[in-house]
Amino acid sequence: MTTPMEKHVLLRDEDVPNIRDLAVYRANEGYAAWQKAVTTMKGEEVIGVVKDSGLRGRGGAGFPAGLKWSFIPKDINPKYVTVNCDESEPGTFKDHQLIRSNPHQVIEGTALCCYAIGARVAYIYCRGEFKEPAQNLQKAIDDAYAAGLLGKNLFGTDYSLDVYVHLGAGAYICGEESALIESLEGKIGQPRLKPPFPAVSGLYNKPTVINNVETLANVPGIVLNGSAWYRQWGTEKSPGVKIFSVSGHVKNPDNYELPLGKYSIQDLLEMAGGSSTGLPIKAVLPAGSSSPIIPAANFHAKLDYESMGTIGSVLGSCSWIFMDESVDMVWAARKMIRFFKHESCGKCTPCREGTHWALKLYDKMLSGEATMDDVALIGDVNKQISGKCFCPLGEFSTSSMTFTLKHFRKDYEDFIAEKKGGSAAYLREIERDHHLHDLHAQAKAHG
Amino acid sequence: MQRRAANAARQQERNQMLKDKRSAEIEQILAKYPPERKRSAVMPLLYMVQEEYGYCTDDGMREVAEICGIDPTEVKSVAGFYSMYYKHPVGKQVIEVCDDLPCVLRGADKFVDYAEKKLGIKAGETTPDGKITLTTVMCLAACDRAPMCQVNLAYHYDLTPEKFDQLVDELKKQDE
Repeated sequence: MTTPMEKHVLLRDEDVPNIRDLAVYRANEGYAAWQKAVTTMKGEEVIGVVKDSGLRGRGGAGFPAGLKWSFIPKDINPKYVTVNCDESEPGTFKDHQLIRSNPHQVIEGTALCCYAIGARVAYIYCRGEFKEPAQNLQKAIDDAYAAGLLGKNLFGTDYSLDVYVHLGAGAYICGEESALIESLEGKIGQPRLKPPFPAVSGLYNKPTVINNVETLANVPGIVLNGSAWYRQWGTEKSPGVKIFSVSGHVKNPDNYELPLGKYSIQDLLEMAGGSSTGLPIKAVLPAGSSSPIIPAANFHAKLDYESMGTIGSVLGSCSWIFMDESVDMVWAARKMIRFFKHESCGKCTPCREGTHWALKLYDKMLSGEATMDDVALIGDVNKQISGKCFCPLGEFSTSSMTFTLKHFRKDYEDFIAEKKGGSAAYLREIERDHHLHDLHAQAKAHG
Repeated sequence: MQRRAANAARQQERNQMLKDKRSAEIEQILAKYPPERKRSAVMPLLYMVQEEYGYCTDDGMREVAEICGIDPTEVKSVAGFYSMYYKHPVGKQVIEVCDDLPCVLRGADKFVDYAEKKLGIKAGETTPDGKITLTTVMCLAACDRAPMCQVNLAYHYDLTPEKFDQLVDELKKQDE
């Protein structure tokens, strides 16, 4: 794989074979930051260095990590750290690689976050489908306990820490922090009303920090080497490195770790080997189904939080799905709406009903029964959802409709005018989804 | 009265299956959460029900409720909400193929066509011998290796018809 990082900060398994093993990880500065923090630093100092590094949340929202940690009140105990490893956004597969191939760095980052805020228990919430990589993570945790890196009275101090893995069971919404907490409490994963924010009242109504796996994997290097070290990569407002999950019509789909702000979308496409089909690339989704689609004309934009904003999109979780010119955006939008309709938690009406009706409209188009009136109706459905939902999921669902319409309106017009709907492939796709839906409904009715 | 007592006794007996068979593991799970927050163990315990009964049975869910000290309907609502808890019997081997956008761009839809043909069932169905369930699912976070699937949650990547034939042969052998 060609990637411009000489030495990876996160995907270190690509430089150091078997770094998943504790001995190898330790031989490569592993847990050095952990020992340094517990034996020589105060919690506030750890927060300080992470704040200075400018590290921003890598789950998608980009909120400054150190600032988040500093919100935790000192005088309320216990406090908790929950790690978001619910990675379910279509196109995202970075946390998967991290917990599979470099699990100790995730554990060390988690531990440092706990120490910084004074938490003595952490839960790593992995999506249920990660049973296999989560076993790997659990083994790494067990090894860390056996080596005295987790558990009671660490490094001879009075600081103790327990880290547990908790498996979800198939619900995208649990990637939303308050839904994740509900799920961890043994309830259905529906988001909570905010405020209060988790920093004040999170898990078991106690102060809680929730960070993404990749965010925490950055922390050991920052604590060990300092904030200036981390700022050697990236820009003033987007410091550091980021993993880009690249998929779709490229020759080498993979995770690529890059400094922020240095390369453009076009560079990323070339690193991934360019189009895999011989057809030119038409557009890319930069952060999975949730993100505003970017037409190829804007591929000059640099890969950082601010630059992505200037072209009307987001950096988000960095799940780059490239699509070539054969992709009809009406079809692509339906695929994305189908996802959100399936994953809507049902708590609020605009999202639950909105995604339902939106999918019906797209099904109508793919079935060949739609007119331009239905295209106009999409805008109407969008309006009923946008700005009215309880959590970001509903809002995300409108991206696929709004931005495919904005940038590829001609696809919609041609779809209707040239009667592209009703093809055997489209009908089979819809029938497959409906069949599955009916079977589930039957099972529920009998259950 | 007598009959009611007998029913209650039978109920009690039925509700002990997890505790009888896997009490050490149950204790281990409960120890992960604060003692007054046993409800957090609902999800791991539902996986245990599924391992023992094949799916989330009423008996199993009642026992989970008892262990966690909550109402059976609350357990049932959790089982109903999450897609990985089976609400009905499924095959011994569950093949889940991702057919979300990134995977389909790399041929997952045609792969599902092939898998349906090979197994003689449609996505969502189980083979008549009850051995294999095939289903499509939402993103499984392995878009770089599509088409891909999980078999009882173990990942299988870069699938081709040949690889799938092999996989199905192995699954059938495992079952014999």
